[in-house]
Amino acid sequence: MKIDTVQAAAQTPNHEQPYAALGLASGEYHCIRDILGRRPTSAELAMYSVMWSEHCSYKSSKVHLRQFGDLPNSERLMVGIGENAGVVDIGDGYAVTFKAESHNHPSYVEPYQGAATGVGGIVRDILTMGARPIAVMDPLRFGPADAADTARVLPGVVAGVGGYGNCLGLPNIGGELAFDDCYAGNPLVNVLCVGVMRHEDIKLARAPGPGNAVIIFGSRTGPDGIGGASILASESFDDAKPTKRPSVQVGDPFTEKLLIECCLEIFAADLVVGIQDFGAAGLSCATTELASAGAGGMHVVLDEVPLRDQTMTCEEILMSESQERMCAIVEPDKVDAFLAICTKWEVLAAVIGTVNDSGRLTVEWRGEQIVDVPPRTVAHDGPVYERPLARPLDQDDLQADDPDRLARPESADELRDTLLRMMSHPNLADKSWVTEQYDSYVRGNTVLSQPEDAGVLRIDEQSHRGIALSTDGNGRYGRLDPYAGAQLAVAEAYRNVAVTGATPIAITDCLNFGSPEEPGVMWQFSQAIHGIADACRELGLPVTGGNVSFYNQTGDVAIHPTPVIGVLGVLDDVRLRLRHGFGRVPGEEIALLGETRAEFGGSQWAGIVHGHLGGLPPSVDLAAEARLATVLRRAAEQGWLTAAHDVSDGGLAATLTESVLCYGVGAEISLDGDPFVGLFSESAGRALVAGTAAGLAALEVACAEVGVPMTRLGRAGGDELAIDGVTPIPLVDLRTAWTDALPRLFGAVTPP
Amino acid sequence: MTAAVPRPGSDDLAQVRVGIVTFPGSLDDGDAARAVRLAGGSPVALWHGTHDLDSVDAVILPGGFSYGDYLRAGAIASFSPIMREVIDAAKRGVPVLGICNGFQVLCESGLLPGALTRNAHLHFRNRDQRLRIAARTAWTGDFAEGVEIVVPVKNGEGRYVGTVETLDAVEAEGRVLARYVGGNPNGSARDIAGVTDPTGRIVGLMPHPEHAVEELTGPSTDGLGFFTSILVSISRAGAGTAA
Repeated sequence: MKIDTVQAAAQTPNHEQPYAALGLASGEYHCIRDILGRRPTSAELAMYSVMWSEHCSYKSSKVHLRQFGDLPNSERLMVGIGENAGVVDIGDGYAVTFKAESHNHPSYVEPYQGAATGVGGIVRDILTMGARPIAVMDPLRFGPADAADTARVLPGVVAGVGGYGNCLGLPNIGGELAFDDCYAGNPLVNVLCVGVMRHEDIKLARAPGPGNAVIIFGSRTGPDGIGGASILASESFDDAKPTKRPSVQVGDPFTEKLLIECCLEIFAADLVVGIQDFGAAGLSCATTELASAGAGGMHVVLDEVPLRDQTMTCEEILMSESQERMCAIVEPDKVDAFLAICTKWEVLAAVIGTVNDSGRLTVEWRGEQIVDVPPRTVAHDGPVYERPLARPLDQDDLQADDPDRLARPESADELRDTLLRMMSHPNLADKSWVTEQYDSYVRGNTVLSQPEDAGVLRIDEQSHRGIALSTDGNGRYGRLDPYAGAQLAVAEAYRNVAVTGATPIAITDCLNFGSPEEPGVMWQFSQAIHGIADACRELGLPVTGGNVSFYNQTGDVAIHPTPVIGVLGVLDDVRLRLRHGFGRVPGEEIALLGETRAEFGGSQWAGIVHGHLGGLPPSVDLAAEARLATVLRRAAEQGWLTAAHDVSDGGLAATLTESVLCYGVGAEISLDGDPFVGLFSESAGRALVAGTAAGLAALEVACAEVGVPMTRLGRAGGDELAIDGVTPIPLVDLRTAWTDALPRLFGAVTPP
Repeated sequence: MTAAVPRPGSDDLAQVRVGIVTFPGSLDDGDAARAVRLAGGSPVALWHGTHDLDSVDAVILPGGFSYGDYLRAGAIASFSPIMREVIDAAKRGVPVLGICNGFQVLCESGLLPGALTRNAHLHFRNRDQRLRIAARTAWTGDFAEGVEIVVPVKNGEGRYVGTVETLDAVEAEGRVLARYVGGNPNGSARDIAGVTDPTGRIVGLMPHPEHAVEELTGPSTDGLGFFTSILVSISRAGAGTAA
């Protein structure tokens, strides 16, 4: 095959190029011609097309995401948006980096590999910052639990998250599992990874120092995932198009584990001046990003890239998304030491180029020049769109459809039946079927993991310093009011971290939306970003980075706007963390913190019992959330509480169920007012707590000082969940309802 | 090498050096080292690619996915350079504990009978597991006979199998180290969670005692018993006389 060289491109300006098939708009193609002053070579066209795709360029979201950069400075933020992941100071010289990423489309096409490589990709992002990855979390959303396609997708996704994460030796410390019609055909597979390093060990993606070597290391480059980013993540699914299976990458967690250990040893020996992982857009992305953040130029000899398939074209090599690869910039006198560590870990490495200050990225293939571009124009100067946005026409009707019209349970038996029915729904039921497939113990620093409200990790064995992490999102709230829905996601993740006794210090986001070409979706997106930014401003939290996933829609139907928020908290002493179960000490008294209002818009009750979505989501009071967090932190430090548990999806009914079933110790509860509202309202800003009489008395004083409403509910004990006005429920019945749901749907795991 | 005969006591235990092998893909090596340290001994890191056991008094083969477990769990690791030395040392009487993947390696090496196959339900499973200690060995001397403990179990290929003759012999010779109680997590034959060689020095266990050594991070501290047992056992015998 004839190679399309730079020289040939200059001489054949009228040669027709398939830019549209590569996902570029006509205006974008002409912009590339203007930049280069000629037509691009086919290799250049491949690079621009993947780097200017929605997935890589954030061209539709950029104008909105700028709000996050406008947030007030945080003393804790060491590296912000723009790098592979943000970095936060957690004290004592430790820095934590964390980020969530979506792998929605690949996981729908090939559930196991899609999810597995989702884990692999985000872990490399964290590694690239110089950190040791220490845990993962997996917020997952699927179509109806009893749908045939969910039975195809969910087991594969769970096995993929587990198969990859378990093999890397990363504990899975939490996540989410939610089902909704809107995710049928568009499952959301988001993965968060967190890593830790010392302050001085932070690494950046840049290629400084002319003369430095460019080294590719890790797996060989193969023809997998070619155009994965541009094709899979940037278009909606359409039944009429051919199957897209070949675009999904295949993961090899063993190689990634070696890559992690190899990198950490290389970092410890101070052998790199810049590093970047290969994710979406592969070599195109890594070389252009490194070059534009460093000396400005780079020359790459593509023939030096180790290939798995010798028949690959140069365009394919530049676009390949083969997994488990990294790119390092190494000073010439350190190359031998670098390669020696790779040899020790049996990691393949090759010098493929040199940094220069030419201001150009040049790529050579079989002795011919095939790329000659200003790297910044590929990596950062892509198109930016201010897409039209419009409030959906049905938004008013949706909000006017108040759940007050829905029939409510009234008698004691009806309330009991409603509670059991809700707790046996997959959205609220026990998630062990999923979480037992994940290793939560490896590395020996997991203090809390699911089903606790947040994952808690010990960072330092001597000082007991640690971190807490939670991810939350609620597409139902988002659909009713994307601004409030996004704020509620921030509030819930913040609260989940706070109920462990941790101080929330930073957030990351994973923004899952429909097509940005639809004004209604863009309005939702813009509202959600406003909501997150305003919430962060009020709570004093920086946004450290994030991920945007558009085109989550099949045909005309977009998913509910689903921003998933990850909140990081810090604990000075993880031994003081709070847990959610009743019964660790005898004689516990129980109380509710926060205010309960009759709020059922978007609630689990409305959805599960009536199949209803309408009205307004629960009201947001971020100042109240901050006060609640203050009280919880003080209670944890003072040892006043023996249990604390967030109230959210499913209301107090779900919270109580989880707390009594944790250690199998029941409770006697009396609620002020209507027991239906008390049990099933999803008012935000609330936590259920338990403690000794003396502990709760001390808490009561603190609550009065800080301004947090506190209501006594009763005491723990017995083998029933006994609520005034509700027929008592033996724990054995409650447990059956709660634990049987997922095994019944996805196959009982026998032996038990 | 020679050493003074140590007296029981923490100083003597601290002199017991327990080697922990890191294969490519080992994951619980750090946890095993922590467990040895918390039990009062001195963990020593050993590398798969060498023939150097560094004169350790005992060896632990940790959990993980050695060499990716791509052929068969533990199969490739059993042919690694360090395993040559471990097998020789084991035959000379140096105590060896294989946990999870390490148990698989010991079976693949022929040091322990039987084999570990894909869980009966085909899922990876991680949960807190009750076990009954069924044999007195160098690694279980600190446990009262028949005592029940709780430690995590986490594996995808943890189903212990053997021929009827093998299983009968293992049972008849009192070589069942521990049995699953309150539910068999992977379909193991006769609820067997671990086995020992006839000397009680070479021991394999599917569950993870190294994850149950601290109240803060484990379901119990029951796992510590395995590590204190070996330290005491070696200390009494005279540290430094082994590998």
